[in-house]
Amino acid sequence: MARKNDVLVRFTDVQKSYDGETLVVKNLNIDISRGEFLTLLGPSGSGKTTTLMMLAGFETPTHGDIELGGKRLNNVPPHKRDIGMVFQNYALFPHMTVSENLAFPLQVRRKGRSEVAERVQRALDMVQLGSFGNRRPAQLSGGQQQRVALARALVFEPTLVLMDEPLGALDKQLREHMQLEIKHLHEQLGITVVYVTHDQSEALTMSDRIAVFHDGVIQQLATPSDLYERPKNAFVAQFIGENNRLNGKVAKLNGSNACLVTLDSGSQVQALPVNVSGEGSPTTLSLRPERVQINPPEGALPNVFDAKVEELIYLGDHIRTRCSLAGSDDFVVKVPNAQGHSSLQRGSRVKLGWAIEDCRALDA
Amino acid sequence: MAQATIDELQGLTTADGTPLRRALHRAERRAKIRAFLLVTPLLVFLAVTFIYPIAQMLWRSIYDDTIVTLLPNTVTAFKDWTDRDQLPPESVFAAFAVDMKQTREDRTIGQVATRVNFEEGGLRSIFTRTARHIDDAKNVTSWRDWFIQENPDWGKLNTWATIERLGHAYSILQYLAATDRQYDDHGNIVMAPEETQIYVPIFIRTLWMSLLVTLLTLLLGYPISYFLATLPIRTSNLLMIMVLLPFWTSLLVRTTSWIVILGKEGVLNDILVWLGLISDDGRIQMIYNQTGTLVAMTQILLPFMVLPLYSVMKTISPSYMRAAMSLGAPRFLAFWKVYAPNTLPGVGAGALLVFILSIGYYITPALVGGRTGQMISNFIAFHMQKSLNWGLAAALGGILLAGVLLLYALYNRLVGVEKLSLG
Ligand SMILES: Nc1ncnc2c1ncn2[C@@H]1O[C@H](COP(=O)(O)OP(=O)(O)OP(=O)(O)O)[C@@H](O)[C@H]1O
Ligand SMILES: [Mg+2]
Repeated sequence: MARKNDVLVRFTDVQKSYDGETLVVKNLNIDISRGEFLTLLGPSGSGKTTTLMMLAGFETPTHGDIELGGKRLNNVPPHKRDIGMVFQNYALFPHMTVSENLAFPLQVRRKGRSEVAERVQRALDMVQLGSFGNRRPAQLSGGQQQRVALARALVFEPTLVLMDEPLGALDKQLREHMQLEIKHLHEQLGITVVYVTHDQSEALTMSDRIAVFHDGVIQQLATPSDLYERPKNAFVAQFIGENNRLNGKVAKLNGSNACLVTLDSGSQVQALPVNVSGEGSPTTLSLRPERVQINPPEGALPNVFDAKVEELIYLGDHIRTRCSLAGSDDFVVKVPNAQGHSSLQRGSRVKLGWAIEDCRALDA
Repeated sequence: MAQATIDELQGLTTADGTPLRRALHRAERRAKIRAFLLVTPLLVFLAVTFIYPIAQMLWRSIYDDTIVTLLPNTVTAFKDWTDRDQLPPESVFAAFAVDMKQTREDRTIGQVATRVNFEEGGLRSIFTRTARHIDDAKNVTSWRDWFIQENPDWGKLNTWATIERLGHAYSILQYLAATDRQYDDHGNIVMAPEETQIYVPIFIRTLWMSLLVTLLTLLLGYPISYFLATLPIRTSNLLMIMVLLPFWTSLLVRTTSWIVILGKEGVLNDILVWLGLISDDGRIQMIYNQTGTLVAMTQILLPFMVLPLYSVMKTISPSYMRAAMSLGAPRFLAFWKVYAPNTLPGVGAGALLVFILSIGYYITPALVGGRTGQMISNFIAFHMQKSLNWGLAAALGGILLAGVLLLYALYNRLVGVEKLSLG
C-alpha cells in the first residue's frame, strides 16, 4: 500500500492503571497507518478493551499521548473524536428503529433531512438490510443487529472505526461470513479499522497487521503471515496456531542462521536462532506441526529423530498424530489426508525430520 | 404463512389419534388447576377483605332505603302529588302524620331526621320539634294546616321535594352532593350555591397536590436513581438502604418528625432565625397548610418513585451512552436522546404509583395539612367517622376510584401496562 507510512493513530508511551497499583497497559507504542486493518489480539484481561477505550475517549491514559491525524487526543471528549465504534453487544438504541439508529449520528451533526435519509438508505443497502429500516433492534437476528451496528458506525464516515469483539456473540458460520463482509467493507471504503478479538483465526483472516497483547504489553506487531511463521517469542508462537515446544540450552551459535541446541533429554537439534541471548542460555524451540516430515528421505533434513506414535485423531482434512520424541510425549504432527498419505499405526515407530529454518529458537 | 401453519396444526393428531390440540389442552389442564389452587387462598382473602367491602361501599352510594322503610305511607301517598309547583295534597300530609307517629313510637324518628338533614341542612330540627307535639294533635281536620302552623317550614315546597326525592331507594343524590350539585325546586340538576360548594374544589386540590407530589418525587428521585444505578453494586446497595430506611419507620413517626422540623418553633425556623434570614416574629408558617402536606408527602412517597426508576435504570447498559457519545452526541444530548427515553417505563410506573397513592392519601394531610392542606380522603374519613353520612363518603370514594381507574386506563392506552416496571 502506498499510504502505508501515512500515520493516522499514534500511541506514544501510553500506560493505564485503574487502581493505581497495577498497570493494565504498560508502555504502549503503536503507529497505525491510514487505511490499515489492525487487530489487537490477546487473551482475556490483556488490556485490549482498555486500549480501545482510551482511543475512543472513554478512559484516560494514566501516562503518555495518543494522537489522531497528528492531533493530540488527550483532552478531546469522545463525541468530538469522530471515531466510529462497534460494541460487543452492539448497543443499538432499543427505542429507535433501525433507520433512526442510523440517522442518529447524522442528526447530531445537523445534516439536512434529505441527506440523512439518503445516507441512511445507502448505509443500509451496504450491509444488505435495505428493507429493514422500520424494524426495531429487538426484531432483528443477532447477525442483522451486528450489521446495523456496523452500518451505524460507518454511516457518518468516520476516519477511524473501532470494533470490540463485534462477532463474539455469533455462531461460527455467521462469524466467518461476517469476517469476510467486514473485510470487504474495509477494502471498499478504505477506512482505518482497529479491531479487538481473542480469536486468532479471526485475526489472521481479517488483519493487515496484528498486535499480540499479553499482560498489557505488545508481544509482537506484525502481518498475519509473519506472526505465524516468524513468531518473535514463545508466547506468540504458543498463542498463534499450534506449536511444538522443545526445551533446551544453546550449545553453539553458528552466526545468525543456525545454532545447535542441546535438549533436556540430551539430543541435539539444529535450529534458527531468533530470540536467544548467547551460548549457554536456555531456549524454547518452536516447531509448527505441519512442518514436520514423516520418514524423510535419507540425508534430506538436518534434524531427524526416532519417534513413537502415541495417539491418532482423525479430523477429516488431516490426522492429528501425537508422538513421543526426544523426551517430549506431546509432539504433534499433522498428517494431511491426501492421496497416498502415510498410514501410521498407534505404537509404531517412525522417523520425524524438519528443516533448520522451521525450528525457531526462542526465549525460554 | 402463519395462518397456514395453524391450519396444519389443527389437522395434527398424536400417536393414538387424539387431536393434538385436545391432547395439549388436557396436558395443560392439570397445571392450570394446580396454579389456580395455589392462588385460591389469596383470591378468597381478596374477595372477603377487598372486593366485597368495595362493592358494599359503592352499593351504599346509590342505594338508601331509610326513608322508604321508615316513612312507607308518605312515600306511597306521594303518588297523589301531581302538581309539583304546589304543596302536596292533604293525603300526603295525613300519611306523613301517621308515619311520624309510628317513627316516634319506634324511636326511629332520629334516623329519618338525620337522613333528611344530610340532604337539606336544618330539616332535622323541624322534624324533631314537630314530632314532639304530634301525639298531642287531636281531631285534626287538616293535617296540612296543622303542620304549617306547627312550623312554617312545612309550608315550603323545598321541604317536601327533599323528602320525596329521598323516597326512592336508588338515587344519584349522593353523587350530586359529592360533586356540589343539587336539584332545584323543579327537579333540574343545578350547581349548589357558591358558598356551599366544597367537594369540587377539594377534588381539584387533591388532583393538583397529587400532581405536584408526583412531579416533586420525580424531580428528586430521578437523579438519585441515576446515581444509584451507575454506582458499583456495593455502594449502591448501601445508599439504597438509606433511601429505604424511612420506608421502614412508622408513617406516623415520619409525619410527626416533619412537625418538629417545619413547625413555627421548629428546627428550620430556628435555623433561619439564627442565621438572621428572618426575624423572630417573622417565623414562616410551613406546616398545617399545603406546604406541610406537600413536603411530608413528597418525602414519604419518594421511595415509590425511586424503586421503579432504579430497577429500570439498572437494566440500561452503560454502552448505550457510550455508543451515543461515540456517534457524536455530547454527554447531555446522549443522555436526553438515548438514556432518558429508555427510562420511561420506570418514570411511568413511578409516577402512576405515586400519583395513585397520593390521590388517596389520608394520614399525612390529616396530621400536617391544617385547613388548607386537607385532601379528599380526609373528607371521606370525616363522613365515615364524624358525620356518619356513609352514603356521601361512598360516593366520594366511588368518584376517587373511578378517577384512578380512568387514569390507569389512560396510562395503559398511552404507554401500555405491559411496559410498567414496578421493580
Ligand atoms: N473499569 C475497570 N476498573 C478496574 N479494572 C478494570 C476495568 N476495566 C478493566 N479492568 C481490568 O483491566 C484489565 C484489562 O481489561 P480489558 O478489559 O482491557 O481486557 P481485555 O483484553 O479486553 O479482555 P477480554 O478479552 O476479556 O475482553 C483486566 O485485568 C481488568 O480486570
Ligand atoms: Mg474486552
